[in-house]
Amino acid sequence: MSTRYRSASGGRIDRGRPVRFTFDGRPYIGCAGDTLASALIANGVWLTGRSFKYHRPRGVLSAGSDEPNALVAVRRDEARCTPNLRATQVELYDGLAAVSQNRYPSLAFDLGVANNLMARFIPAGFYYKTFMWPAKAWDRLYEPAIRRAAGLGDAPTAADPDHYANRFAHCEVLVIGAGPAGLAAAMAAAKGGERVILVDEQVEVGGSLLDEPADGGTTIDEISARDWISQSLARLAAYPRVTVITRATAFGYFAHNMIGVIERLTDHLAAPPAGAPRERLWQIRARDVVLATGAIERPLVFPDNDRPGVVLAGAARTYLNRYGALPGKRVVVATGCDSAYAAALDLHHAGVKIAAIADVRRVPAGPLIEAARRAGLPIRFGCMITGTTGRLRVTGARFLVITEDGRAGLGETVACDAVLMSGGYTPSVHLFSQSRGKLAWDPDLQTYLPGVSAENERSAGACAGRFDLAGVLRDGEAAGSASIGVEPSRTFSVHAMAANPRGVLGALTHDRGPRAKAFVDWQNDVTTNDLKLAVREGFQSIEHVKRYTTTGMATDQGKTSNLNALAVVASALGRPIPQVGLTTFRMPYTPVTFGVLAGLARGDLFEPVRTTPIHGWAVAHGAVFEDVGQWKRARYFPRGGEDMDAAVRRECLAVRAAAGIFDATTLGKIEVVGPDAAEFMNRMYINAWTKLGVGQCRYGVLCRDDGFVMDDGVVGRIAADRFHVTTTTGGAARVLSMMEDYLQTEWPDLDVWLTSTTEQWAVIAVQGPKAREILAGLVDGVDLSREALPHMSLTHGVVAGVPARLFRVSFTGELGFEINVPADRGAQVWEAVWAAGQAHGLTAYGTETMHVLRAEKGFIIVGQETDGTATPDDVGLGWAIGKTKRDFVGKRSLARPAMSDPARKQLVGLATVDPARILEEGAQIVAEPGGTTPLTVIGHVTSAYFSANWDRSIALAMVSGGRARMGETLYSPSSTGDVPVQVVSPVFYDQAGEGVHG
Amino acid sequence: MAELSPALETARLILRGRPAELDAAEVALGFALPREACRSAGVSGRHALWLGPDEWLLLAPAAVADALTAMLEAATAQAPHALVDVSQRQIGLTLSGSDVEETLAAGCPLDLDLKAFPVGMCTRTVLAKAEIVLWRTDEATFHIEVWRSFSAYVRGILEVAGATVS
Repeated sequence: MSTRYRSASGGRIDRGRPVRFTFDGRPYIGCAGDTLASALIANGVWLTGRSFKYHRPRGVLSAGSDEPNALVAVRRDEARCTPNLRATQVELYDGLAAVSQNRYPSLAFDLGVANNLMARFIPAGFYYKTFMWPAKAWDRLYEPAIRRAAGLGDAPTAADPDHYANRFAHCEVLVIGAGPAGLAAAMAAAKGGERVILVDEQVEVGGSLLDEPADGGTTIDEISARDWISQSLARLAAYPRVTVITRATAFGYFAHNMIGVIERLTDHLAAPPAGAPRERLWQIRARDVVLATGAIERPLVFPDNDRPGVVLAGAARTYLNRYGALPGKRVVVATGCDSAYAAALDLHHAGVKIAAIADVRRVPAGPLIEAARRAGLPIRFGCMITGTTGRLRVTGARFLVITEDGRAGLGETVACDAVLMSGGYTPSVHLFSQSRGKLAWDPDLQTYLPGVSAENERSAGACAGRFDLAGVLRDGEAAGSASIGVEPSRTFSVHAMAANPRGVLGALTHDRGPRAKAFVDWQNDVTTNDLKLAVREGFQSIEHVKRYTTTGMATDQGKTSNLNALAVVASALGRPIPQVGLTTFRMPYTPVTFGVLAGLARGDLFEPVRTTPIHGWAVAHGAVFEDVGQWKRARYFPRGGEDMDAAVRRECLAVRAAAGIFDATTLGKIEVVGPDAAEFMNRMYINAWTKLGVGQCRYGVLCRDDGFVMDDGVVGRIAADRFHVTTTTGGAARVLSMMEDYLQTEWPDLDVWLTSTTEQWAVIAVQGPKAREILAGLVDGVDLSREALPHMSLTHGVVAGVPARLFRVSFTGELGFEINVPADRGAQVWEAVWAAGQAHGLTAYGTETMHVLRAEKGFIIVGQETDGTATPDDVGLGWAIGKTKRDFVGKRSLARPAMSDPARKQLVGLATVDPARILEEGAQIVAEPGGTTPLTVIGHVTSAYFSANWDRSIALAMVSGGRARMGETLYSPSSTGDVPVQVVSPVFYDQAGEGVHG
Repeated sequence: MAELSPALETARLILRGRPAELDAAEVALGFALPREACRSAGVSGRHALWLGPDEWLLLAPAAVADALTAMLEAATAQAPHALVDVSQRQIGLTLSGSDVEETLAAGCPLDLDLKAFPVGMCTRTVLAKAEIVLWRTDEATFHIEVWRSFSAYVRGILEVAGATVS
């Protein structure tokens, strides 16, 4: 293969399977098993992005999810374009098309780089200091410009065509991270025979063991690290209740050991199967959790440390050993810890020239350093890296030797095409911290480690500050065993080169002057100077410094930068690190797609769409529907191109002139049954129920304990111990729940029980002077006469061949019936009534007409006339209160003097002086016209319609002291001036109430 | 993929009352009401599902609905209780197949493992945004009761869940 920076052999890529891909439109070839980052490196491409603020050229820094620089967008088509993916995690597939971000017009020539020249004028917090004047420029100039400049990547504008799966899972032990600690923990926990889930964000399990060379010296139980991974997987596979999930990132640790995990299912495939879910959200509830999340390598903080080709040493080792990609041909290693020597040695063995190893430590010692020395690598102790040369790729590294007495020695520049750096490793305590565990500062390792757990959780391995392989495996075995309540029993025989786990923190000494940019946070372009400036300007808490400088705030949440930032701030403040604090580790650990969080809740399944048994008929008859909660209700039935107003006028006139048919199925229904049913109703509702005879109905009003109207509805007494209670459509669940609450907590002594029957019954309302004639031919064994079945009564009988509860009730002011039949017969009975009604002018009407007709009668709708602060008397329902009852819910509150203040808002009707003018619902009411703001508002319009039956506009309103204002002229301010209205009775139609008795 | 099918036409009654006073109902039913939380009991096509300390869902073949109601009312005439016909309030669905647990787990947050949710267990729970009664009738079969107007949604969720389970 012609890729120039591919090693001769080795790695876990498939060299026999070339994979074609493009980056910014240029074609390249990688291998199966490559990531986008490793393939680019193998092709010698280091320039992968422009930095956020200064648009500086940037290259791959790491080899994992901690990558701050190499953010790319991967585009499959117009709708499938994912921004801000880390090239280090993008698996290569044939035809992959990736583009860089934050550059214009191209990556190599980027106009935004002007920001770099302007750096002196855009210091930390510059947006708090500028854009202040002139104030008018904010909306039109500053904000749009800042919004264009802000953010990373472009979201696709087309709807996401992919599917996302969801899975709730439970297990006894969840192990997060499948490196050596996680594998050991999972194997130990599996012995319990219970459910173990092992998740890892990478393509394959193994973690740090995958970075070991195939023929390296590291062995576990006398086999190579890679064979040990395979052996471990085989062991786990033998347990039927163990599940291993790869490409799965545990992104959030929620209360009570609920872990959110995103499993990536198809993003790595060249041609995902049609309809296959792209990702799956796992919500895993675990009895015990083992965190084996490893550690993240820290960069060194020195001037120009962001030049492409400057890469973390451990990442370089990963690229070499796992992907067969060489970071360079002549590399410099700058380090403050032992582990970078392993990278230098492996590269050396792969034929890469090690130009220099600059170790900031004066007298390090250990087997790795000894091995490097034996290999003849040029090591310099007490040597600071102070800069890099080059433009779009590093060409050299500057060194400064610090003499034994602490003085700066001579500077020197060494030519190279890559700089490997390492400041040591920071344990990944993100999930531990999210679990509300307390972190503790470890003065020896100079890092925060998991301290006291808040959940059933254990940290094992590098995330707990243990870095020697034997110790890591022991840790995993111990955590896994403890998770199932047994003593650890397995021992491991490990041969590995020991490395001192200590590293360096904060900025290195340099001689480059005060303006040199030493980056701490690559993704948000935060330098040591920005942090020091924040301290000089008075910020002391790390949380404040973070917000002021934006350090640690980008999509990587400061994975590589947080501890260095903390050290720089602590040093500037002259305080020890633990006194400066630590910023919060926020979820998600890595960015999560909105699609996977939405999961199944999209399109038709976004919310349940509830329909009645009569819905099909309404659709067939051209109904226009409205959403009432989750219900679809027919709003009106337009004919021949009618608009809503025309249809509603026709429907309103038809109901009062002949008859209308209306689907009232959605009304809530509760069957209240038991010897104490009447007593319960007495306590619950404001009305008196004891004297309501069997077969009679009553309009019931329900208050909350604060005395305000909560719900209403007609209640029928089916038997001495059985009430058929109806509620509003939206209030059904709320009312049942409140009633059940009172029964269980306040009145457990009552022998009465509740059952929701909302959906048991289809309810067909037939309203209008012809209603009786229409039904007469359909009923069997029912006397519909005025005498036998008067207004507000009910009977049982057969309607259209179906057993029914037949109510004589009216929400229109006309003669009315409501036929309750079992839901599965609803459509059949509706059709029969419809057919019988045709000869009588029966008209189907919807909720809009229902609203107008009830407003003509001054009937309230709870939630429209009431707003949670209206007493029964406020809305003209004082008559319903059972005055002699000892108690009912809300009675005590209603006795407060304020509840009978004559100045309370009361329900009135409003008649506009101009009969054609329809008020706006919600509009304010004032006493005087032409006032200046602030106006003294005395009320508001609750309902406003055109009444075809009265041939003028009508409105209901809540007006302060309204009932004493009959005949007064008030005003409703509007955009076209004050609209004069006259206060009238809320009952516009049939004030004597004779219609219902027809 | 787990298979979803409508359950046979069924009579459904909600029986509520004080457990200590429902012996007569048990005589009429022909079996003891389950007193343990979230458990079912039954003989010859008639089942009682525990929904609460004072609430059972009785299921029976549709043909015996009226007879069963009459028998229960007669038997319990002296015991305070509530018996309400909810045959048409909800519909029954049967979901079965080797991946039935995983299919349900797309929308149901409960632990459906056979150890945690054994055969015969029943409970009110949620499937995505709908309330259901979930009843395990054998290792690979769950019976679902869902209110009529939520049934299209529940079917939709289960179909998508089944298609995305593996």
